[in-house]
Amino acid sequence: MKYVDEFRDGRLARVVRAQLEAEVEPRRSYRLMEFCGGHTHAIFRYGIQDLLPAGVQMVHGPGCPVCVLPVGRLDMAIEIAQRPEVILCSYGDMLRVPGSGRRSLLKAKSEGADVRMVYSAADALALARAEPDREVVFFAIGFETTTPPTAVALRRAIDEELSNFSVFCNHVLTPAAITSILESPEAREIGTVGIDGFLGPAHVSVVIGSQPYESFAEEYRKPVVIAGFEPLDVLQSILMLVRQLNDGRACVENQYTRAVSRHGNLRAQRLVSELFERREDFEWRGLGRVPYSALRIKDRFAAFDAESRFAPAERRARENRECKCPQILRGAAKPHDCKLFGTVCVPENPIGSCMVSAEGACAAYWTYRRHETLSLKA
Amino acid sequence: MCLAVPARVTRLIDDEWCVVDLGGVRKDVCTALVEEVREGEYLIIHVGYALGRIDASEAEQTLALLELQAEAREELEGYAP
Amino acid sequence: MSTPPRATPAERIELAHGAGGRRMTELIDGLFKRHLSNAWLERGEDSAVLARPEGRIAATTDGYVIDPLVFPGGDIGSLAVHGTINDLAMAGARPFALTAGFILEEGLALAELDRIVASMAAAAVAAGVAVVGGDTKVVERGKGDGVFITTTGLGEIPPGVELGVERIAVGDVVVVSGTLGDHGVAVMSRRAGIAFETEIVSDSAPLHELVARMLQRVPGLHAMRDPTRGGLAATLNEIAVARGVGITLRADRLPVRDGVNAACELLGLDPLHVANEGKLVAFCPPDAAEALLAAMRAHPLGRDAAVAGTVTAGPPGLVELETGFGGRRVVDWLAGDQLPRIC
Repeated sequence: MKYVDEFRDGRLARVVRAQLEAEVEPRRSYRLMEFCGGHTHAIFRYGIQDLLPAGVQMVHGPGCPVCVLPVGRLDMAIEIAQRPEVILCSYGDMLRVPGSGRRSLLKAKSEGADVRMVYSAADALALARAEPDREVVFFAIGFETTTPPTAVALRRAIDEELSNFSVFCNHVLTPAAITSILESPEAREIGTVGIDGFLGPAHVSVVIGSQPYESFAEEYRKPVVIAGFEPLDVLQSILMLVRQLNDGRACVENQYTRAVSRHGNLRAQRLVSELFERREDFEWRGLGRVPYSALRIKDRFAAFDAESRFAPAERRARENRECKCPQILRGAAKPHDCKLFGTVCVPENPIGSCMVSAEGACAAYWTYRRHETLSLKA
Repeated sequence: MCLAVPARVTRLIDDEWCVVDLGGVRKDVCTALVEEVREGEYLIIHVGYALGRIDASEAEQTLALLELQAEAREELEGYAP
Repeated sequence: MSTPPRATPAERIELAHGAGGRRMTELIDGLFKRHLSNAWLERGEDSAVLARPEGRIAATTDGYVIDPLVFPGGDIGSLAVHGTINDLAMAGARPFALTAGFILEEGLALAELDRIVASMAAAAVAAGVAVVGGDTKVVERGKGDGVFITTTGLGEIPPGVELGVERIAVGDVVVVSGTLGDHGVAVMSRRAGIAFETEIVSDSAPLHELVARMLQRVPGLHAMRDPTRGGLAATLNEIAVARGVGITLRADRLPVRDGVNAACELLGLDPLHVANEGKLVAFCPPDAAEALLAAMRAHPLGRDAAVAGTVTAGPPGLVELETGFGGRRVVDWLAGDQLPRIC
């Protein structure tokens, strides 16, 4: 696969690794957060943390839209799905996530709800055209990468006056989430847990560009390197962050130049702002309420907004008090610091958001490195 | 968080859809978000939509830089006593 | 007096086809027996009477509930034959009889059933195994996925063949017979909600002859399994836990077709968790590994055989992968099916 295989070259990886070894300052610690779940996945998949010098630690961020979706919102989706006239279309990621009372979309399906997995919003749209007597609701989740596809489908539905199609919108915003981490109590305290730099999400940046991260670099003096997803990209980006930190610089660098520009995809951005607007605040699982961090469909298009159409009951589920996800998501704790990890909380029975999706920090540790993590707990 | 892959455009279907090829697997994807898609170029595909394109020369530059560093290091190791 | 007009032949399965009356006999004679024909089925008794083999008997039962019923490289009919034969082959048995029970959904097109049964018959003939008995039932529309097939397989284990998980030892070489994930990708490519075009076809195939060659060359082979649902990862995890050993795989040694890698990249899947239907994994004493590989590669179904890894002392129950980058990770045992992801 072109533009994929070349960036998985073991020989080139060894070289970057050697450079890291050479340039990491002895006795200095570098705490780098990879914001995006896709990076967490890549790091674990290729065992990249095994390749990093001891001083470099990766902290796993909250960039996993499945993980941070509040339980209450999932409950609303399940409620909508249970209406006999509704076909609820969802990406595979959400189907097994447990909501309140251990219900999930898949469980609701086994009880008779018409829940269907789709690969694309376009599939949901096609379904709505094919089934005019049913109400097709698209369960939209994701960061800025996934929002433009929803926008295209929504635009089509509006233009075609497809009256049986609506979107249950749970799209969230990356810069707001990064701010919330930087503003968190742990991150601000000097001398305790902090994050020195960020590996920025590549595909979100294809859409939003590198420009939105400039304020983090300036205001918080934290370097950001926008990193591609292949192992070579990740290693090279880590090296770029280490260099910035060694030089005392804090700016936004783009490692993923083959697809990311400063301004991003303007067409996509325009379409999104045509149809969506920011919610004043949104409850993130693990991060709490974050202002201006999520999108809703504009009132003008309320007919296509599943929340207006079906008015599902707003719920607030309570999280387990022992669950350390809030600290883990902000980089203030590790999975093995949590009492529930690996005991009560496992991928088949996730208690908190970090275990819910395969790329949440706890799920990744459990799936890929549990033998180490469990011995750390002992 | 975003699973997206670079795939080659093999055929334009109309001004909003095209067929892409990734390692021999072909799929129809929507090009509404990218302007002036051309056959033979590489697009970044996420959930069935093209979000952007791969800049071939930038990709080559990134690899070339890595390759240069590899050669430099290998030379260095070759000269090490 | 004119004879009453003959009823138009049914085009779809109706409840009457399973009711034990004339319609059912017509279905069996007119469709099933046209394709599946041998001395036992011709006799039409309630049971097939078989000669007792000399060796030990291996017995297995399997259910087939695949969607879609027909996929690139096969269909539920041939799959049922191959899968059952393979279960027997993993015990080192030579299959000598199969039976097949069909649960048909009211409304299933007879043309489709005909195709499936023809395919089953052809697969049985090609594998040299007779389908000695069968059964048909019909369920109401909506209560079945077109066709469900349950099989029983009987095989004869030659003297001296002792295969089993308990024989697996630390140091054993883990050998796979060929490329991983072909079947799962082929089936997925035709599923609504994911459909894509690919040249990948299912690897559905009977492995008993490959196994016979393997055992001829390496009679001391320890164990074999066929990694079907859940992929190689599920099979190896089961074994690692059952035997209390560790297994370490090498990512760069695993044979995977480009098209399978590409489909998995597109959908966010790991080939290690994708189903196979014509592959086996063998546990071989280290000094016999080379001979085993040579024997496998000489057979058409083992051309791409490769050493995937080794059995280690631990951590017990854990399957690990060396990533080819110098890193390591655990190969997980998933609770359920792997689902395509967007994240």
